[in-house]
Amino acid sequence: MQAPTYLDYNAGAPLKPAARAAMVEALAIAGNPSSVHAFGRAARRIIEAARGDVARLLNAPPSAVIFTSGATEANNAALNAAAPGRVLVSAIEHPSILAAVPQAQRLPVLPCGVVDLAALEDALAGPEPAELVAVMAVNNETGVIQPIEAVAALARRFGARLHVDAVQAAGRIAIDMQCLGVASMSLSAHKLGGPQGVGALVILDGTRFRPLIKGGGQERSRRAGTENVAAIAGFAAAAREATGLEEPALLAPLRDHLESLVTALVPETVVIAAASPRVANTACLSLPGVRAETLVIALDLEGYAVSAGAACSSGKVKVSDVLQAMAVEPEVAAGTVRVSLGWATDGAAVEGFANAWARVAERLLARGSRARMVRA
Amino acid sequence: MIDLGLKKPRGRTRVVVAMSGGVDSATSAALLKEAGYDVVGITLQLYDHGQAMRRPGSCCAADDILDARAIADQIGIPHYVLDAEERFRAEVMESFADSYLAGETPIPCVLCNQHLKFGDLLATARDLGADAVATGHYALRVDGTRGPELHCARDRNRDQSYFLFATTRAQLARLHFPLGGLSKAETRAHAARLSVPVARKRASQDICFVPEGDYGAVIARLRPDAAQAGEIVHLDGRVLGRHAGIHHYTVGQRKGLGIAGGEPLYVVRLQPAERRIVVGPREALACSVVSLRAVNWLGDPLTDAERAAGIAVQVRLRSTQGLADARVVLAADGSARVHLQLAQHAVAPGQACVFYLGERVLGGGWISGAEAVPTAP
Repeated sequence: MQAPTYLDYNAGAPLKPAARAAMVEALAIAGNPSSVHAFGRAARRIIEAARGDVARLLNAPPSAVIFTSGATEANNAALNAAAPGRVLVSAIEHPSILAAVPQAQRLPVLPCGVVDLAALEDALAGPEPAELVAVMAVNNETGVIQPIEAVAALARRFGARLHVDAVQAAGRIAIDMQCLGVASMSLSAHKLGGPQGVGALVILDGTRFRPLIKGGGQERSRRAGTENVAAIAGFAAAAREATGLEEPALLAPLRDHLESLVTALVPETVVIAAASPRVANTACLSLPGVRAETLVIALDLEGYAVSAGAACSSGKVKVSDVLQAMAVEPEVAAGTVRVSLGWATDGAAVEGFANAWARVAERLLARGSRARMVRA
Repeated sequence: MIDLGLKKPRGRTRVVVAMSGGVDSATSAALLKEAGYDVVGITLQLYDHGQAMRRPGSCCAADDILDARAIADQIGIPHYVLDAEERFRAEVMESFADSYLAGETPIPCVLCNQHLKFGDLLATARDLGADAVATGHYALRVDGTRGPELHCARDRNRDQSYFLFATTRAQLARLHFPLGGLSKAETRAHAARLSVPVARKRASQDICFVPEGDYGAVIARLRPDAAQAGEIVHLDGRVLGRHAGIHHYTVGQRKGLGIAGGEPLYVVRLQPAERRIVVGPREALACSVVSLRAVNWLGDPLTDAERAAGIAVQVRLRSTQGLADARVVLAADGSARVHLQLAQHAVAPGQACVFYLGERVLGGGWISGAEAVPTAP
């Protein structure tokens, strides 16, 4: 059988060769970055260089970068200092935001998948002043780009600080944290082609902050624990390659080709948020009337790795909260999968996927239509 | 080497194996993989384990799902979990509760096989391009001259055909039970040879979604207002005591009635409308005619004579009971009357009456009533 094709970059990109090389090199260093001796200094050098590389991705000062175990920790840490009940979050945030502040007021999104700015303004103008607003830069399921500049302006006007989960945006769209006026942002290395298990909270000086993990004085006492040197080195290498934004220019035509192929081969296919501002790598596709979990399994058996909704730890698939928030018709939402491209995706992968989509759809829709006939 | 007897080459024959996390379905999968089939493991997530066991904050994946995944990994087959929670609740748990409250003694495993394993899973398997579905059940599917037949497992001690009586012919046509022809020792030897991990010890549980056998608690959760106390009445009309809800009792039950002294008394019948439990001596449990509903006929098509006079079969009236000679008269509306040659005791509505002819399962139905017909003088 042919090697399977990976089209699930929004879940995690394969490790880039440069990241792997940087990690292998860093693994050879013996020292603890906190140590005084030459070995420690060598490890420290890697981390401080990485801090600069990661900061450049967001045009943030290097001192703003706190390395974490990933974006989930970064999001939790960013929200840790906020008083309960004074947080506004968009309804389409990642679970690491929603579960960290369960009492937060949720801002609706428009059917196009963009956060409702009027609702944000109303919420900010409410009797209880908000302390913190969290809106993601790019949604992980739909790829829809959020109007962070406008959100930041509103937050500033009402004296709230803004945290932005930039996991799906970094390396895909230009982000200038200082220009935007965002107080903090979170990043994940493995979405960029770095390793899993490392990320960063980038938080501008003077922002209210309370450490989530206490212990030693690492990361200027904002995140205790010996740094994951090799992973940070890999993160930096991936960040360096992402800063120039060359990838989106290559992926946009591939994604557009994929969407036109699947809609031509299977006219029943619905492209979610097709007309919305989207990042270049994400195609959110639905076969109405078909179960997304069946689609994902059938495509996997055809050799194409995609995902649906939010997978639970058991692997079962729940209907997506994001699509529900966008008021996507239930039948469409239940049949939606996410296809996300990245640095190793080529035209053959896209065409192969479209053919697999057509094969699977033919089988599933034939059964669906039979069922409809029986009911009628 | 297992052979499903299908026309396609094995490598291009996709077989979905319903994996429960136990050693039997795992051995089924391993045998099919060894035989060269394109095996795909699927586990149904039937209920939220944390919720069912009332362990807040626990992971929604039960141990059996994690076991199934690990086993599939070891065998080297892809494994997926299908969310069947809603359907399980609707088709199995709800009717389980309703059945108890109607004075019956239900068998949820049959409904689960019928609607989920051989209903939804079979449909999903077709969606995935599978040619067949296999399970770890101990039963045999035999290809007869008039289509697939359901037979008892070769190892009669492990035979599970009773729980499969509701399987339709169309379902049976796509089903395979690779363990049905093996003895217990052979299955064990295969499991060891194929390095199938032996399942961890589980708390013994009759029904998977009922923690510690406390089905009263499960029913109370599903039907909060349903538990209604009532009277325990003797057949002769005497009121002997009170009970906390008829769903705590089953026909034939002797212990736990809370009636002291005198002759041994048994639950003879449950009367949901009057919320009454009727008790009597053991003789009162005897019955000669059993009524069935929703009969699934797996035998050959009947002649008019057979329809009128009935068919001589053997029946099993409880999973743990032996066979009894009987004559079954099928009606056109899916009901049936079973005339027992010798009276049987404690026939409980809600249980299944399964028909056998030698090794072959001819179908069965749900017991809806039992009558004691006095023997002719």
